[in-house]
Amino acid sequence: MKLTQLSLFLENRPGALRLPCQVLGQAGIDILSLSLADTQQFGILRLIVKDVERARKVLEEAGCVVKATDVLAVEVPDRAGGLADMLGAFEGSGLALEYIYPLVAGHRGKTAVLLLRVEEPEKAAALLAGRTVRVLSREEAFEAVGA
Amino acid sequence: MPPPDPARRFHPASAPDYVPAEQLRDLQLARLQRIVRRAHERVPLFRTRCQERQVSPADLRSLEDLGRFPFTLKTDLRDTYPFGLFASPMEEIVRLHASSGTTGKPTVVAYTQADLDVWTEVMVRAFAACGLHRGDVVQNAYGYGLFTGGLGAHYGAEALGATVIPISGGNTDRQIMVLQDFAVTAICCTPSYFLHLAERARELGTDFSKLRAGIFGAEPWSEAMRRRIEADTGVKAYDIYGLSEIVGPGVGIECFAQSGLHIFEDHFYPEVVDPVTGAVLPDGAEGELVLTTLSKDAMPMIRYRTRDVTALIPEPCACGRTIRRIRRIGRRSDDMFIIRGVNVFPSQVETALLAVEGTLPHYQIVLTREKGLDEMEVRVEVTPEVFSDQIRALEALQHKLEQSLDHTLGIRARVTLVGPRTLQRSEGKAQRVVDKRQI
Repeated sequence: MKLTQLSLFLENRPGALRLPCQVLGQAGIDILSLSLADTQQFGILRLIVKDVERARKVLEEAGCVVKATDVLAVEVPDRAGGLADMLGAFEGSGLALEYIYPLVAGHRGKTAVLLLRVEEPEKAAALLAGRTVRVLSREEAFEAVGA
Repeated sequence: MPPPDPARRFHPASAPDYVPAEQLRDLQLARLQRIVRRAHERVPLFRTRCQERQVSPADLRSLEDLGRFPFTLKTDLRDTYPFGLFASPMEEIVRLHASSGTTGKPTVVAYTQADLDVWTEVMVRAFAACGLHRGDVVQNAYGYGLFTGGLGAHYGAEALGATVIPISGGNTDRQIMVLQDFAVTAICCTPSYFLHLAERARELGTDFSKLRAGIFGAEPWSEAMRRRIEADTGVKAYDIYGLSEIVGPGVGIECFAQSGLHIFEDHFYPEVVDPVTGAVLPDGAEGELVLTTLSKDAMPMIRYRTRDVTALIPEPCACGRTIRRIRRIGRRSDDMFIIRGVNVFPSQVETALLAVEGTLPHYQIVLTREKGLDEMEVRVEVTPEVFSDQIRALEALQHKLEQSLDHTLGIRARVTLVGPRTLQRSEGKAQRVVDKRQI
């Protein structure tokens, strides 16, 4: 149900993003999706890769600070209002949604797969059950992105 | 023709500055014998150290014999915190001051009424050496409080007969208004703050046409900075030296010649020593300044290691004073730095970082001077232990580090989180302080 994402600390300076990408490229690790959060001073790069352990190892060997966290992969109908429907499931639950970014958008023209970072993934999954959205397994998520 | 420099006129308060050298040495020895005896009788740490070195006050037959006595270090004040080095009972102590220490605890200093009188006397002589006298209007922008700068300058200027404006530090626009409206003729503050004032005054279209003299201290500054101040503002910039462990401001001052600082050596006996071996160096040789208070009752400091690097100037001064001069202080023999008048040791920064993170991260202190104000940035490498996937957690960490630094140092510092292994390490040892200030 959960997908492991790798988060990296990046300094906010030219060239900071290239190093981790280069390291992963040299190790033959494909980045399936990414999101970059930035502040004035620093940024956090969040990555989805298939071989999480190996990616973590090569990144740490290259001197990166890496943290593994779980995200939820949710398939959402790719139509107007699709995301709003999904978020409706959380309304009134007190569940804190930290951030969202896409794993696949516009795939097959019918659905998108979004990655959700929430404090309580199990609770989120339970809230989403019975909606027009579907929480994907790890395998399903990789399949959706063709990996 | 420009008006004559008032600093060239003799001020009666300056009489002790001109005592013939031979008489001065006799006076110093008599005072030294008394104060060493007092410390030996009343300060257990000093007595123990003397016993270890097998010296006693009776061995002090000449000024040269002082070299056989043990040093006092800043850490001694910390180790005996708060009152362990006092030589007077609290009933006789009328004032305490404190300055930043090396581990978060301040170093405390004490004064009897007689000590305060001496302090005032040397400050009067300091102001007189800068040509100040009754009728001058002195804006005292040194901080009032535990810091010795504010009250030291205050009582000195008042005793001189000048009109004192106890404005303390900060609030630049108000400082400028007062400078102009009250026809201020002399100002006491840090040189970097004065540059800031001058810049702001220019922005406001104000000038300080009445301001004649600046008594600048509490931080290192250079000849280049003096030239800039004097050229930009027309104010004669005097360097004043002092440290709270000895008395506060008023240990030494420049005269009109602006060629080294006269030490009021009838009260503060200077030696220059090799910072490594501790051996006393001859006049003229560069080394660490060591000071002994000759008249301070509440807290005699015997051979206090200032960590300030200088040399005693043996040649007589153009002003005719017989008290010796030291070269302006350019650097220190330890890693302490001074920012906005506050002494900071990297070890204090470490204490603050450690308090937040639990382990000590790699860090670097970067000092800059923007618009005449010193800024301190602490760059901290992010470790896996503290790294979070969430922006707000990292911002909270940054904030906590800043608060901890503020709490430990008493000054604001900006914390920047940087990537791992991005801070320079030279020969395995990190360069802790990068000073980019143009001083």
